[in-house]
Amino acid sequence: MRIDAEENFAPRAGRDRVERESRVLATAGRSLKYLLLLVLCFLSAFPFYYNFVLASWPNKFAYVNPPKIWFGPSIADNWNQLIGWVPTFPRNFANSAGLAIAQTAAAIFFCTVVGFAFAKYRFKGRKALYAVVLATLSVPAFLNIIPIYRMMSALGWYRTYLPLVIPGMAGAFGVFLMTQFIQGAVPSELLDAARIDGLSEYGIVMRIGFPLARSGIAVLGIVTFIGSWKEFLAPLVFLPDQEAQTLPVILAQLSLRGNVNFSAMMMGTALSLLPLIVIFAFFSRQIISGLTAGSLKG
Amino acid sequence: MRVNLGSQRIAPYVLISPFFLLFAAFGLYPIGYSIVMSLYNWGLVGPQGRPGIQNYLALFTTDPFFMRSLLNTLVLLVFGSLTQHVIGFPLAIVLKDRLLKGRDAFRTLFFLPYITSTVPVCLIFLRLLDNNYGWLNWLIADVFGGPRINFVTEPGPIKAAISLILNWRYIGWCAVVYLAGIQAIPQELYESAMIDGAGSWIRHTRVTLPMIMPVVFFNVSLTVIFGLQLFEEPYVWTGGYAQLGGTGNSGLTTAFYLMHQGFRGSRFGRASSIAWVMFIMIIALTWVTRRITRRAGEQEG
Repeated sequence: MRIDAEENFAPRAGRDRVERESRVLATAGRSLKYLLLLVLCFLSAFPFYYNFVLASWPNKFAYVNPPKIWFGPSIADNWNQLIGWVPTFPRNFANSAGLAIAQTAAAIFFCTVVGFAFAKYRFKGRKALYAVVLATLSVPAFLNIIPIYRMMSALGWYRTYLPLVIPGMAGAFGVFLMTQFIQGAVPSELLDAARIDGLSEYGIVMRIGFPLARSGIAVLGIVTFIGSWKEFLAPLVFLPDQEAQTLPVILAQLSLRGNVNFSAMMMGTALSLLPLIVIFAFFSRQIISGLTAGSLKG
Repeated sequence: MRVNLGSQRIAPYVLISPFFLLFAAFGLYPIGYSIVMSLYNWGLVGPQGRPGIQNYLALFTTDPFFMRSLLNTLVLLVFGSLTQHVIGFPLAIVLKDRLLKGRDAFRTLFFLPYITSTVPVCLIFLRLLDNNYGWLNWLIADVFGGPRINFVTEPGPIKAAISLILNWRYIGWCAVVYLAGIQAIPQELYESAMIDGAGSWIRHTRVTLPMIMPVVFFNVSLTVIFGLQLFEEPYVWTGGYAQLGGTGNSGLTTAFYLMHQGFRGSRFGRASSIAWVMFIMIIALTWVTRRITRRAGEQEG
């Protein structure tokens, strides 16, 4: 309860009045808070809402003032327009999904294995090596993008998905997340018991580490999937062919062409945002915990 | 001597090796490569001439765009990135109120912009902020009778629009992070402050602020690290490499210029030198942030 401290020193006669006034003030303050929060919610959500509104009107309604505020009749038509304008769109959508699944699977395997070792073994140099992992988090992607592009060209990996999957398989953020999680989730006694039962060190990771780290793996998986779906820089650099591009890149390039069909484009942006919004609706708790973990424990 | 890879002593090294092998190949090696490249005139055909610091010198003397890109980046860092904290922190305190109903719902909605992809979001904002048919200009011109603002072609408004998108995207994330940080502060501290007769303002400046300083440091550093690498928003907003940041290069950030030099100009040496200047700025600004938050924490605590 918020009780102003001065109140306690107020003379007895005035106390009731002060209390009543402060209650009125508190109620007014709280209503103001709700108003503020609702306005902010509106601002947060409105761009998405407006995206879906525009995706439901024919293109000529992108040119009206005041703009449209409610849904129109031509969702199906705009989908056809989009496919007519960008025949590769379903392919690009599938590319985004495939890439996200590949990156997620790789991250789950490698980050759990590495995180398990950092969390559950005491070995020489552990602290220093873990510090290296954390330090790499602040190395900017732009520092390496030019040399990595040259390396990938030399390796013959340009125009393939390998540069997008291989280098980030055991990403520092995922390792950090899994180390933190496994420290709390996997009891060390269990590992000793497994050793006595004759399980090998790698058997322990596979048979005990993975199952017990399930909910941490879920967080890592969802967060990696989202990160991959959003990724722009690497696909822009390594995938020059329209057929192979992912959604953010194809959408950016559409906007650079002249003669934009806004309805079709808004259909495209809506379809690229929808998976993220749906995933977030179901897993917001895990996503928020995963994406804020580093900021609180780092 | 045979090394038993399955022993309890060796196994952890085997288990962590994927990270370090990948880091060596795609982290350390490119960093070295990048230093070397930055010292040469290095184009599609490879290195030419003698090594030296001519790329770096050129950035600060003859290059007409680099200093402009630095300035743009810093302006956007202040108005697009640091403002998130100025708004996000008080918002976290509002959300912290224990009697507030529906906090989880607010938290979820505020967080939503953070998890969505930049490119579609920018394309939506291009519609929202459109000169003739956007909601914002409808509000400015038709409701308040002001002049229509062209957020795509006028230098100042270009920066304003990019800052708006950044704030829209990150304020909620910021607030949620600070909220979690504030909720982790032991309740007894507030109770003893209350016994000492501290009002709500004093409680927050004397208890919340000093306790939260490590979180502030970390998050402002993150903001600086990512703010100095701003690329996607200006790239989409101002129409790609060809426009070089739009009117007056107003949206040309340092990372954008790096990408332009590397992937449109094939000037890999020059682009690498930009990357290094950027990296040094990141380190310097992170250090400054640490100094400021540490001093603030000491003063208050």
